[in-house]
Amino acid sequence: MPTFEYAPAPESRAVVDIRPWYGLFIDGGFVESAEGDAFKSVNPASEEVLAEVAEAGAADVDAAVRAARSAYQTVWGRMPGRERAKYLFRIARIIAERSRELAVLESLDNGKPIRESRDVDIPQVAAHFFYYAGWADKLGYAGFGGDPRPVGVAGQVIPWNFPLLMLAWKIAPALACGNTVVLKPGETTPLSALRFAEICQQADLPAGVVNIVPGAGATGAAVVNHADVDKVAFTGSTEVGRQIAASVAGTRKRVTLELGGKAANIVFDDAPIDQAVEGIVNGIFFNQGHVCCAGSRLLVQESVYDEVLASLKRRMATLRVGDPLDKNTDIGAINSSAQLERIRTLSDIGAAEGAEPWSPPCELPERGYWFAPTIFTGVTQAHRIAREEIFGPVLSVLTFRTPAEAVEKANNTPYGLSAGIWTEKGSRILSVADKLRAGVVWANTFNKFDPTSPFGGYKESGYGREGGRHGLEAYLSGADHA
Amino acid sequence: MTTTAPLADVAGSDAALRAFLHGLPGVDQVGAEQRAATLATRSIKTTAKAWALDLAVRMVDLTTLEGADTPGKVRALCAKARRPDPADPGCPPVAAVCVYPSLVATAAAELAGSGIHVASVATAFPSGQAPLEAKLADTTAAVADGADEIDMVINRGAFLTGRYRHVYEEIAAIRQACGSAHLKVILETGELATYDNVRRASWLAMLAGADFIKTSTGKVQPAATMPVTLVMLEAARDFHAASGRRVGVKAAGGIRAAKDAIRYLVMVNETAGEAWLSPDHFRFGASTLLNDLLMQRTRLATGHYSGPDYFTLD
Repeated sequence: MPTFEYAPAPESRAVVDIRPWYGLFIDGGFVESAEGDAFKSVNPASEEVLAEVAEAGAADVDAAVRAARSAYQTVWGRMPGRERAKYLFRIARIIAERSRELAVLESLDNGKPIRESRDVDIPQVAAHFFYYAGWADKLGYAGFGGDPRPVGVAGQVIPWNFPLLMLAWKIAPALACGNTVVLKPGETTPLSALRFAEICQQADLPAGVVNIVPGAGATGAAVVNHADVDKVAFTGSTEVGRQIAASVAGTRKRVTLELGGKAANIVFDDAPIDQAVEGIVNGIFFNQGHVCCAGSRLLVQESVYDEVLASLKRRMATLRVGDPLDKNTDIGAINSSAQLERIRTLSDIGAAEGAEPWSPPCELPERGYWFAPTIFTGVTQAHRIAREEIFGPVLSVLTFRTPAEAVEKANNTPYGLSAGIWTEKGSRILSVADKLRAGVVWANTFNKFDPTSPFGGYKESGYGREGGRHGLEAYLSGADHA
Repeated sequence: MTTTAPLADVAGSDAALRAFLHGLPGVDQVGAEQRAATLATRSIKTTAKAWALDLAVRMVDLTTLEGADTPGKVRALCAKARRPDPADPGCPPVAAVCVYPSLVATAAAELAGSGIHVASVATAFPSGQAPLEAKLADTTAAVADGADEIDMVINRGAFLTGRYRHVYEEIAAIRQACGSAHLKVILETGELATYDNVRRASWLAMLAGADFIKTSTGKVQPAATMPVTLVMLEAARDFHAASGRRVGVKAAGGIRAAKDAIRYLVMVNETAGEAWLSPDHFRFGASTLLNDLLMQRTRLATGHYSGPDYFTLD
């Protein structure tokens, strides 16, 4: 029998030049941290140290907020929208021009396959800046009053799963509306944010408009709790989101939270099965399952369960796990040893609670953090793997008999970020989507993003919306009265 | 009848056949096209590329289907089929030469003993608009002249008006007329309008005894596309799972670049599986594709491009 072995097809690392050390980006320049603290950023696919990065302490965050305040008051907050737009368009163009370099850097630092950083992350980053650049001089027509004003200084804390894309979701609307920002990137993935700081310099963005303060939880807390921050935007775990909500309660700070999820991907018996299987795979294995809106609970109608499961297993056997820089890799490395540990722990609990794990045969590299794509069958609503966010390539498979049961199970979660519906019947899409308590409902597709479309959650998945016209609201003070 | 037990009854009546074909899972157009586009991003390099190029050459049905075709032209084509690259004796021959029925005898004489198949279009190709008797006579004549593969067209008019049993019976009759010759059933997907129809027509042809299902005549645009071929590969895969019979797929028309051929092979590999990665189960219906395959082969072996003049016209 013939075999088609794909030879290695690695993207070249030569397009990206990583310095051994990076400072904090404050007031337009790279500086040492006041305390001299630093941490290492590691390539999760090889455990190789990529660079050492200064860690921002409270004093550094204070300096960053002061720089942001000053830039807000003297330049950015009073600049006409049409002028701000020019900077944002320029940044968007530079991102597009340097997309290959950014994609390689993102894959190195995060572990995601180059196919995704190249075809999804970076194009979406540029698209977000282009989109919000277009709003900058049209804010009076966005439906938030005739002359909406910026909020001031935004403190933004983002996760490690889409490092540059989450930065774009935060910074692009903030800047378009006339705010200045202090942003803390994920502690395991600071490099693309620092590269973005260089792009701000390249675009001649006025000093202090964007400040990047790498660090861990303590740095994030310093950003969130700083007295002169007007607006807090956070994407990350529900646990940290709760702490933030508590700490800003009673202050004048505005806050948006985009938190965890445990999305139901519902496959009805009249679904286009081949495409549904693609959607299931995309829903849970895209970005190693490090996706807050991942379709981590598969709900299959009992009458097509065997067929769907057989197709899913066959499809999973073609997934290629390995070197994130190889252009044929479908699933890259788990972002950190801590995350790998969490995925292992929850998977072990799943098996211990009686669910049955299955993975296709696949060879995992020896070094680095890896977890084979896994599905659990025989899962019920009572299993922890059906309730807790695993944030990894692990799918829990449940069944249902009637549409009502599907909706009931889908909604029976503290989360409510996203959901998927697979059926050829249009009326069913509409009626089920109407009943799902989820911020985003995809029909016959999954994990589709566009800068024009708002995104956000119900319940413990957070509040506020990012993206689209709705995404402007959080960054406009006139919006309070709209 | 070649269909085995689990599917034995589905074509028993018009109603049963209709119920079966309309009971197949639908195809989501956006999803199918996206899947094909994702597969096209695979990067096939070095040893894998060399292997794929040779396999693609071996899968070519070298085709000439012009009113102006002459015995001389067909003889030239047959010579090329045997030795596609005269400068490289290591270059494998193609799978088959595909001609009109009137030229089958010429091709059969030229290819005798070579192992290269003689394929002939039949059944009032490309429209299929002729009485069944004429189609059968067309087929019988081609087989009598030495064709061991028949590329028939389905009755699209009957298919689109829902007369599935009529289409089925026609295919089954041609199948019978083919004798030991292999039957490729051309769906002419460019006229079927939807992927749902492509899936139904694929199953219909396989149920009626097709050895191969083929996208297009090459006379209608669009001809072969990645998503259409994807849907047909899925159908062949599912049919094999249901019946145990492995039906081949032929992508014909519009595939001109080696790069595209490799994308199709990736799609075959990751959709139907590696059992289909052989000339027995996957073919390219093409003419200009072959020279690009040869050029890329030479490029890979020598490190530089030699111009088109270094490769033979057919």
